[in-house]
Amino acid sequence: MAEFGGWEMPIEYAGIIQEHLAVRSKAGLFDISHMGEIVIQGPESLGLVQRVTCNDASRLKDGQIQYSALLYPNGTFVDDILVHRLNENHYFLCVNASNTEKDYEWIGSQNRFNTVVENVTTQYTLLAIQGPNAQAILQPLTESNLGAIKYYGFVFGLVDGVECLISRTGYTGEDGFEIYFAPEHSERIWSRLMEKGSSRGLIPVGLGARNTLRLEARMALYGHEISDQINPWEAGLDWIVKTGKGDFIGRSALVEQKVKLTRTLVGFEMIGKAIARDGYPVLHADKVVGTVTSGSPSPFLKKNIGLAYVPLELSALDVSLEIQVRGQRFPAKVVSTPFYTRRK
Amino acid sequence: MKFPEECLYTRQHEWVRVTEDTALVGITDYAQKELGDVVFVEFPKVGDSFDTNEPFGNVESVKAVSEVFCPLAGEVVEVNQDLVTSPELVNTDPYGDAWFVRLKIANPEEVKDLLNAEEYAELVAEESAE
Repeated sequence: MAEFGGWEMPIEYAGIIQEHLAVRSKAGLFDISHMGEIVIQGPESLGLVQRVTCNDASRLKDGQIQYSALLYPNGTFVDDILVHRLNENHYFLCVNASNTEKDYEWIGSQNRFNTVVENVTTQYTLLAIQGPNAQAILQPLTESNLGAIKYYGFVFGLVDGVECLISRTGYTGEDGFEIYFAPEHSERIWSRLMEKGSSRGLIPVGLGARNTLRLEARMALYGHEISDQINPWEAGLDWIVKTGKGDFIGRSALVEQKVKLTRTLVGFEMIGKAIARDGYPVLHADKVVGTVTSGSPSPFLKKNIGLAYVPLELSALDVSLEIQVRGQRFPAKVVSTPFYTRRK
Repeated sequence: MKFPEECLYTRQHEWVRVTEDTALVGITDYAQKELGDVVFVEFPKVGDSFDTNEPFGNVESVKAVSEVFCPLAGEVVEVNQDLVTSPELVNTDPYGDAWFVRLKIANPEEVKDLLNAEEYAELVAEESAE
């Protein structure tokens, strides 16, 4: 078990490789209750959401979810978040565990709107069921028609009689659902899902495989690909920045930075057996040009992969890089990302 | 978890099998369980010499990299090439097929400083409780 922001979290159950491959081929069940939840409620909720996030929440309809970010005035990340719209007066944010308190205070400090911000993290257990068999496993436990929930959509429904927010989201690159509900039902819902799912290959998955899965899918992890030193342009998250939506925190800095971009996030794979890890230096022509933000063996691709910030001129496909591993340099090359895309 | 009686152990979770003036070295069952799926083993070269407790290799799992320390001063006389192609042996057979290196022991006196199976089991129990 690992201590993570006050939560005891399993790193692995059966083993990272086995758990990872189960999610790619069948299904995996994750307890991610450490994630934070913040509710924004009141007549001017949209105004506050638009002010503190860079994506355009006015495009959301009831029951839709948007990947977005909270930014500082200088355009760097406070956090990356999911914005759920319940209705025009009610938004539900899912935020990173270690940032929950910081995000809550940040949003509160910007609240000059007729709306109330509440940190409701302790009111929710969050389970994720991910993989090609996720829907078939979850469906017998709920009367909600899961097939009707679109990617990045959600419904309220009963799972084994317990009121849940069921969303078609995840952090693995697979189809799947995330289920929010009151913590007193945690053990029962977990057990019922395992009962229903074991014949379809469902196994518990820990934080270790959660990390390798999201890395293959090139999903950012706060503290690695994104932080208060990095802006969304650099992180390749242009698609969540809507400078045309009106003013928001970070907007004017982002407009300036867009034309002054000097580094960008690239995917690379190692040529040979050396494994790149978080924080290792990246070199080109004998000079340190960047740092690995996430590096790991890829259980699905059976290659050693990573993400790194490099100067713009070194970001093209097939550019040769070197990664410094314990004082020695090993060759790598820039590859296209996501490393893994599921077949639809 | 297994700690074979015929092995000696270090506080950094290597095992040692002494035969006359050579020692076979690997990492323990506890060490492989802590690491998880092993995907890469990095050895010293045959002919290299190391002091006691000097790092002389690395073992990498999916989630982490961990140094392997030389349990006894000596010269590396053989490395286990099977681990280059099948690093997962470290998980499946830590005390058998997954030996790392064979050392020529420089100072046989040091052997008595190693832990026996019972002492090592106690150490693991303490570490697991933390």
